[in-house]
Amino acid sequence: MDMPAANPATLAKRDRVLARLAEVLPEQALIRDEAERRAYECDALTAYTCLPMAVVLPGTTAEVAAVLRICHEERVPIVPRGAGTSLAGGSLATEDAIILGVARMRDVLEVDHADRIIRVQTGITNLAVTGEVESDGFFYAPDPSSQLACAIAGNIAMNSGGAHCLKYGVTTNNLLGVTLVQMDGTVIELGGAHMDAAGYDLLGLVCGSEGQLGVVTEATLRILPKPEGARPVLMGFDSSEVAGACVSDIIKAGVLPVAIEFMDRPCIRACEDFAKAGYPDCEALLIVEVEGSQDEIDEQLGLITQIARRHNPVELRESQSEEESKRIWLGRKSAFGAMGSINDYMCLDGTIPVSSLPFVLRRIGEMSQEFGLDVANVFHAGDGNMHPLILFDANKPGDLELCEAFGAEILKLCVEAGGCLTGEHGVGIEKRDLMSVQFAPEDLEAQMRIKDVFDPHWLLNPAKVFPLEASATRRAA
Amino acid sequence: MRPASEEELSGMVRAARGPLVVRGGGTRSVGRPVAGEMLETGDLSGIRLYEPGALTLVAGAGTALAEVEAALAAEGQRLPFEPMDMRALLGIEGVPTVGGMVSANASGPRRVQAGACRDSLIGVRFVDGTGTIVKNGGRVMKNVTGYDLVKLMAGAWGTLGVLSECSFKLLPVPEAQASLRSAAMAPQEAVAMMSRALGTPYEVNGAARDAEGRVALRIEGFDAQVRYRLAALEEALGGDWERVEGAASAELWQGIRDVTAFAGHAGDVWRISVRPSDAPEIVARADCPVVMDWGGGLLWACCDPGRDLRADLGAFRGHATLIRGSEATRAALPAFQPEPAPVAALSAGLRAKFDPRGVLNPGLMG
Repeated sequence: MDMPAANPATLAKRDRVLARLAEVLPEQALIRDEAERRAYECDALTAYTCLPMAVVLPGTTAEVAAVLRICHEERVPIVPRGAGTSLAGGSLATEDAIILGVARMRDVLEVDHADRIIRVQTGITNLAVTGEVESDGFFYAPDPSSQLACAIAGNIAMNSGGAHCLKYGVTTNNLLGVTLVQMDGTVIELGGAHMDAAGYDLLGLVCGSEGQLGVVTEATLRILPKPEGARPVLMGFDSSEVAGACVSDIIKAGVLPVAIEFMDRPCIRACEDFAKAGYPDCEALLIVEVEGSQDEIDEQLGLITQIARRHNPVELRESQSEEESKRIWLGRKSAFGAMGSINDYMCLDGTIPVSSLPFVLRRIGEMSQEFGLDVANVFHAGDGNMHPLILFDANKPGDLELCEAFGAEILKLCVEAGGCLTGEHGVGIEKRDLMSVQFAPEDLEAQMRIKDVFDPHWLLNPAKVFPLEASATRRAA
Repeated sequence: MRPASEEELSGMVRAARGPLVVRGGGTRSVGRPVAGEMLETGDLSGIRLYEPGALTLVAGAGTALAEVEAALAAEGQRLPFEPMDMRALLGIEGVPTVGGMVSANASGPRRVQAGACRDSLIGVRFVDGTGTIVKNGGRVMKNVTGYDLVKLMAGAWGTLGVLSECSFKLLPVPEAQASLRSAAMAPQEAVAMMSRALGTPYEVNGAARDAEGRVALRIEGFDAQVRYRLAALEEALGGDWERVEGAASAELWQGIRDVTAFAGHAGDVWRISVRPSDAPEIVARADCPVVMDWGGGLLWACCDPGRDLRADLGAFRGHATLIRGSEATRAALPAFQPEPAPVAALSAGLRAKFDPRGVLNPGLMG
């Protein structure tokens, strides 16, 4: 993965720029020291590192605006950063860039149960948002698996999803308003606590723009009343095709589960070894969860198990207790940890039409043999968002490159099947150069025109999302 | 002009020498009237793909909405966002199309639970003002690949591009629905009641106050589920409620959705998007008949013709759109809420990039 070379003219300005930043920021909010900057040299895509020119951690929207105004005048690139949990390298710096982190901005500004909203500074973690409203019977729906650590800022930048999107949608469906600081320091409000945008849907445009259109410092989020209860059922099948057909039949039957999770044999085995969740040894496993009162859950699970029986499951286990529900989820929730304990792995997140599931899984199996690297599949089956985990050995020369090449082939396969490169992680640097597989030059041009409007000098997170050659002239201008 | 294909559409836009009036079925005439050559999308029609098991549908932008709804109904599915039909309110005949619905981001009572049109729209193809064909999004419901131009096109009223194809995420039609309806309540009391209902775990997916002041709350689901939830809701809220079941409930909500209370009555109609708890104050300032939807988050106000209602509302957290008014009123008053300068600059910037010659519904949104 290439990153553009640092601009010597920008590096030469370092002392002057830092001196100017020191005038608008408190002492502790400006990190110059190399050892301290190290902490920001990568995000969760740890294979790539780069030491930024400096790191700033403003405490207010006004400080963010002051920093951006200076960097705009000085033409210094900015890499916005939430909690640094991006799996796509979304907050990877270049040597001539300044990282702007929102980690010090974590206040809850307003909670309103009547209007069902919470307004926060965006450095707050995803789980802390739910934590703030939980005791009053509410929750914030998007639940990326990094929710303990990831910040709302990054959730908005990447339009993060989670396991419960089938029912509740992703970040963009739960975001009502933002305070956005533009690169020139202008502060604007988009949306608010009302339910739709005035004029163009700029809020929808900002969400998922990977920090390239502005820095979101505050957000108004929709909170929802917690369901009365939830309960999963676990089903094992002797082929992925059958499991896929079962998912399709459940959806067609009019039941809307809150989550449908899928695991294949390699993943089931690794999770079982790691977490001892009591999973059956089979080709494909589904965890289907429904919500409601006890009676409602009984009725829905009754319907679901009836459908599942038609597909001859090798195992069908309806949770009978809180304890058993936890055990059913335990394996799934430890999937990534389980994989990490036996191997290095790369996690992809292409989405495919649910109907292409059997074909795509079969092809991934064949490609796994061709590349000589194992793959475990765990994903959100209801919405077709796959998470193939390619296992490799980081200490073996050439293995990372082989793994990346394999990953690229899987993502191309997702696009060919009618899907897309990324369902919830974002493009970042990881999938940047594959964008041309999914989009024609005119499609990319249309997107880059949006950035031209919001950030004419291409200073915000410039080396991300678009293939470097496609954005070259704009970044150089 | 009536292109029969996306390529033809592209050619026509490219060749345009002056303003084009972009039109689907012509049933949502909102905004400043545009003078120009008519560009009708009705022949860019047909359902291109429908996979009930994947909850997705792709259709040409000119496809009649009724055709899509019939195809979905045959499989027990529907568009989640309950799009409004404006014909009765505007007193217009015509065939609503998929593209028109998207361009207006038309979203009905279920918006409080299932989201707006823009939330179910997962892909678009369109021709921008230079004649270039652009695609964004796709046919899968989880997709963060690149910028979300899909959202941008929803509610852009054909000013950034002419839609040629739209893809949607669908939902199953629940087995049953039923509603609770109260006696007339004052706005303050009604909004508080709706907020309480929407804060329960019973998944109320319609919360409105009709023109007579009666609050209605809707629940959908499996038959037994609806009965249980209705009872639980009634108990949680207290007070006297009339039960409206089945077809009568459906009819009630169609009336709210289409604002039939103001159909055929004289007066201008404004659509006001507001923070629900601010709604009573806005209703007081409007001082005219109002229908509340979205738990108080959406107000439909019917006022004297020609009145600048927006000016009378003063500053508030939300926005007001003139939906129905005479040509003279629509030419005199901005239909869409004027934006603060930096936001207006972004909107103008987007128009300049996507329609540099200003040929697509120029001036419609202001």
